[in-house]
Amino acid sequence: MNELVSAVPWLGKRNPMAARWLIIILAIAAPMIAWQFGKSWVRILDFALLYMMLALGLNLVVGFAGLLDLGYIAFYAVGAYTFAFLASPHFDIHMPFWLVLPLGAAFAALAGIMLGFPVLRLRGDYLAIVTLGFGEIIRIFMLNLNYPINITNGPQGINMIDPIILFGWDLSRNLQITETFSINSLFLYYYFFLLCVAGSILFIQRLQISRVGRAWAAMRDDELAAKAIGINTRNMKLLAFSLGATFGGVAGALFGAFQGFVSPESFSLMESIAVLTMVVFGGMGNIAGAIVGAFVLALLPEILRDVAVPLQQTLFGTVILDPEVLRMLLLSLAMILMMLLRPSGMIPARARYAHPENMKREGAQ
Amino acid sequence: METLIQQLINGLVIGSVYALIALGYTMVYGILGLINFAHGDVLMVGALTALQTMMFLMGVAPGMSPIYMLTIALMVAIPVCMTLGFLMERLAYRRLRNAPRLAPLITAIGMSFLLQTVAMIIWGRNYHTFPQLISTTPLEPIPGVFITPVQIVIILASAAIMVGLTLLVTRTKIGRAMRATAENHRVASLMGVDTNAVIAFTFVVGAALAAVAGVMFASNYGIAHYGMGFMPGLKAFTAAVLGGIGNLGGAMLGGITLGLVESFGAGYIEHLTFGFLNSSYQDIFAFIILGLVLIFKPTGLLGERVSDRA
Amino acid sequence: MITLLEARNVGKRFGGLQALTDVSLTIRKGEVYGLIGPNGAGKTTFFNVLTGAYTPDGGEFVFNGSELPAGKPHKIVGRGIARTFQNIRLFRDLTALENVMAGHHIRTKAGVWGILTWNRFTREEERLTTQRAYELLDYVGIGRFADVVSKNLSYGDQRRLEIARALATEPQLLALDEPAAGMNATETAQLKLLIEQIRHDGITVMLIEHDVKLVMGLCDRVAVLDFGKKIAEDVPTVVQKNEAVIAAYLGGGKHAH
Repeated sequence: MNELVSAVPWLGKRNPMAARWLIIILAIAAPMIAWQFGKSWVRILDFALLYMMLALGLNLVVGFAGLLDLGYIAFYAVGAYTFAFLASPHFDIHMPFWLVLPLGAAFAALAGIMLGFPVLRLRGDYLAIVTLGFGEIIRIFMLNLNYPINITNGPQGINMIDPIILFGWDLSRNLQITETFSINSLFLYYYFFLLCVAGSILFIQRLQISRVGRAWAAMRDDELAAKAIGINTRNMKLLAFSLGATFGGVAGALFGAFQGFVSPESFSLMESIAVLTMVVFGGMGNIAGAIVGAFVLALLPEILRDVAVPLQQTLFGTVILDPEVLRMLLLSLAMILMMLLRPSGMIPARARYAHPENMKREGAQ
Repeated sequence: METLIQQLINGLVIGSVYALIALGYTMVYGILGLINFAHGDVLMVGALTALQTMMFLMGVAPGMSPIYMLTIALMVAIPVCMTLGFLMERLAYRRLRNAPRLAPLITAIGMSFLLQTVAMIIWGRNYHTFPQLISTTPLEPIPGVFITPVQIVIILASAAIMVGLTLLVTRTKIGRAMRATAENHRVASLMGVDTNAVIAFTFVVGAALAAVAGVMFASNYGIAHYGMGFMPGLKAFTAAVLGGIGNLGGAMLGGITLGLVESFGAGYIEHLTFGFLNSSYQDIFAFIILGLVLIFKPTGLLGERVSDRA
Repeated sequence: MITLLEARNVGKRFGGLQALTDVSLTIRKGEVYGLIGPNGAGKTTFFNVLTGAYTPDGGEFVFNGSELPAGKPHKIVGRGIARTFQNIRLFRDLTALENVMAGHHIRTKAGVWGILTWNRFTREEERLTTQRAYELLDYVGIGRFADVVSKNLSYGDQRRLEIARALATEPQLLALDEPAAGMNATETAQLKLLIEQIRHDGITVMLIEHDVKLVMGLCDRVAVLDFGKKIAEDVPTVVQKNEAVIAAYLGGGKHAH
């Protein structure tokens, strides 16, 4: 949180308290601002929040522990499909949200551990490829497990997934306040997701400034030295990997419920790379970086989509670069340019690993 | 029995292509310790450039013999890819030679995507038919076993190229320089080897191989599209690791082996899994093999050779 | 005179090179023990095998009466052996304080659940780790640099930081690999004082060193390695006069190269 605050241009360093309030106010007001531009923008914000969760999770794996996972989206898929299996007409099971969400997270964590166990001892580039392979394997299974028995419904995916119902409150329905005034479901989802993201930030921040966070930082910096001071690097890697997977799983479950529909298309390598780009672009290894990276790279393609299509129509009479292509172009350039020009990312804040309140010496100096 | 031979042939064909691509991967990894993610996409650029050339030729000289067309297409595609390889190295990878380990890898990924995106812009998303200028009418040398002329050409050409490359690396001065640089950059440069030039040369040669592989691939299957390089690239990397990364012989062995495994696997998987998995799962083999090799024998079948970048 | 560490017939080979052959030595509790020998004699290899970075091809180590698990660095640290490196391996992007706090990892227990809920146990442990780190930084003399990112410290201070970090693991045996390398006379004298203080505070010290004056003035006993074999083990004054040792360093007869 502190890094995010200090990253606010101009205000961040001068008046951190004010910057903090600014962020909070913006976070709360964002959907209302977006609403002015059209309902779909609030929906885009909702997805941006999900991407933030993914980026936070991947940041744990790549940024904190230094493990390049190119198949991260597989955990997202596990979470989403678990939700789809357990809360939709597909198998006709409709378990309640508060049960399915933890189950989705648990399965994703399990997948993380199963994958991590054999694979985490590999060195950097091999790890990257193997995890990429894993992501692809999951996708291929999702795509083909509709024959001979239909488990995943193949390329068509599973739809009509139950929405999120909290304490009897159905988030997919507008909330009627008075006779004439109701809060749109997109807003409801936004605030719920905002809460989830805030919770995630708290979670990860605590982990960062703790013996676990220090162990990860040590491991990332110099694995041999980390072992030499007694850190069990294998377990630490597994921990990072499975926690990261859990985040992916939770985000996936939320995604399934929100979109109401899951299909293998949403879980391609492209998506893994997109999340990685967000982490890299924002700044690997710090929370603020993941947030900013996710926000910018989730929103920018949508803004471009809105702007670029009519712009090209007027300039060229036809659309040369369609929005999908623009998104890919943006992401790939972002990744390459960041690595070449500014490898520490947009927010190169140095993460801290000790609690400020402990940092007064007790007793005589 | 016939099916066995058929699968053998299919495996050899695709294996040869994988071997050519794997050579590019393994050479770059041996010298730089970098997995050039974008290598598979160079293959794609080669195929699509060749396609473009052929379309052009068919437009202006419809009567030209297919062999000429193919040759000219290759003569255009290969230099284009070589330039691409050179530029990638010069503009992106060279800067990152001393960067922390994740940076070159991430850049390579970005590069791969960039190439695919640009290809999508130029050639669109559609699957294009690739003119199969060498005949695809199957011959039946042994009853029940079919092989097409395209496949014969692929196998022979790949073999010739592999022999040529081996001679290049073992018998020529530049080949010696490549091997020296692959062993130890600093010492090689102290011995008077221009390591930058050698590295550039390695990329360029690898790119040329990829271009040829791309044309072969497209000729065999008759299709070309922007994403065609991704899977073969990944599989070829698997092949390189399987054979022993950095090891040229390993890349060739790995490529052929992978092709055979894929071919036989696709043929028998339904039997093996009682109908649960079918041949659409074919792509998984490569990944599973990769995982198994890396876990149980990470140095590969013939042993790895990576440089000591002291 | 209690034996703290006993090396029994330790051997290690790398391909065709036999780096260590049948090395046996004993380190007694409370002493400062030197390991010397010409370059390439196998001293750092010995350290690496002892601390689990390499697995020995023969022999074993007995520490405090029980055998050390070969090749498992983090377990060996857990048993009470900590080391520093010849070419300083600090966590460069972490501050001095954070480096030392990282060293305390193995002696603390807070788990993910405790960290998430920030319960009393975790908070207390965290506070303790931080305070202990300050203490250790003061102990080695770089307390005022607690918040400096370690790569920005001077060479001598980095060496001291590495010692502080090793001490944070609460070792019984501290193994220092050429701690005085690159230091001038003043710094070396300060280092000597520090090591003597460490020994005074109950920690046994083993060190690889080339600085003869330091070794003579500091070590209670010394072992000499040459071409992977132990050729002498005794008090410094005796070892100094040992013919084989002299030959090894100066080159004579079959040791010439």
